Amino acid sequence: METFLMFVKAFAIGGGICLIGQVIIDFTHLTNGRILVIFLLLGAILQAFGLYQPLIEWAGAGASVPISGFGCALVKGAVEAAKTEGIVGAFTGGLKACATGITTAIFFGYLVALIFKPRTKQI
Amino acid sequence: MKNVDKENKNSQIGKVEKTLNFKGEESLEQSPERDIHFAAKKKKHYEEVSRKFDKIDKSNYKTYVFYKSPKSSHFKNMFWAFVIGGLICVIGQAFIELYKALDFPAEKASALASSTLVLLAALFTGFGIYDLLGRFAGAGSTIPITGFSNAVVAPALEFRCEGMIYGLGAKMFLIAGPVIVNGVAVSVLIALLTLLFGGA
Repeated sequence: METFLMFVKAFAIGGGICLIGQVIIDFTHLTNGRILVIFLLLGAILQAFGLYQPLIEWAGAGASVPISGFGCALVKGAVEAAKTEGIVGAFTGGLKACATGITTAIFFGYLVALIFKPRTKQI
Repeated sequence: MKNVDKENKNSQIGKVEKTLNFKGEESLEQSPERDIHFAAKKKKHYEEVSRKFDKIDKSNYKTYVFYKSPKSSHFKNMFWAFVIGGLICVIGQAFIELYKALDFPAEKASALASSTLVLLAALFTGFGIYDLLGRFAGAGSTIPITGFSNAVVAPALEFRCEGMIYGLGAKMFLIAGPVIVNGVAVSVLIALLTLLFGGA
């Protein structure tokens, strides 16, 4: 039952974040890249005030899968490393925490780009 | 001559609308009159627009494009963004539960689930399925981590013909680059600020 509730929460929060993004796109006509950066910064700034991690604990993947979760992980890693290792940690912690995401994206992106053929876009 | 014709049309449209308004709203539901009413309204709108844009120049070009571009229903966009975005997060949650069941600690399970989603999105982009999804899901397919993966793979595939270094290697970060640059810059800034003021 608890896991089922987790799925419902993930659906509601994840869908809600995407809905906010869609509203911003519809009314401002921002491009995809800008939307991604805006949500990343939103997650980072919320985590700077310690507000995003509780959301991840509450909604699970609903908060960690959207790109704002990526921004939160960057800030969380940097701040935690800064507290334990000092000034060096502030520079190493962020990317260390997000290394899995970035590295898999680059590695599998490279593989897929090598294996698959580009297709003409059907409009 | 043309102007007179236009005015005649406009006055006729005005009459249709007035009589319909006089009859009240009940008669407007699902009747041929209702269709006439909306057709007249649409026609009037287009005539207004075309009159407004007799001359297109720098000053009114943006509004012209706004009027001419096809309108998509905001409600439909938002619905699909919510459903697809929510479903991607549910799949992520399912992977988290799976990795937790395989005795991974919670932090690692979450990172692994994200990586799995990234891998799946990269594959779907390769097969050309993710772009189809993005056409109606909008932000629902952009904002989850799968959209980040798609933003890495799609330009890499597209620009491979320009070479392995300046094509694939460089264009891979067309959208991912700004995301990583901004994210890293802000994270370092916030960490330094907490060191200064947080009294770690």
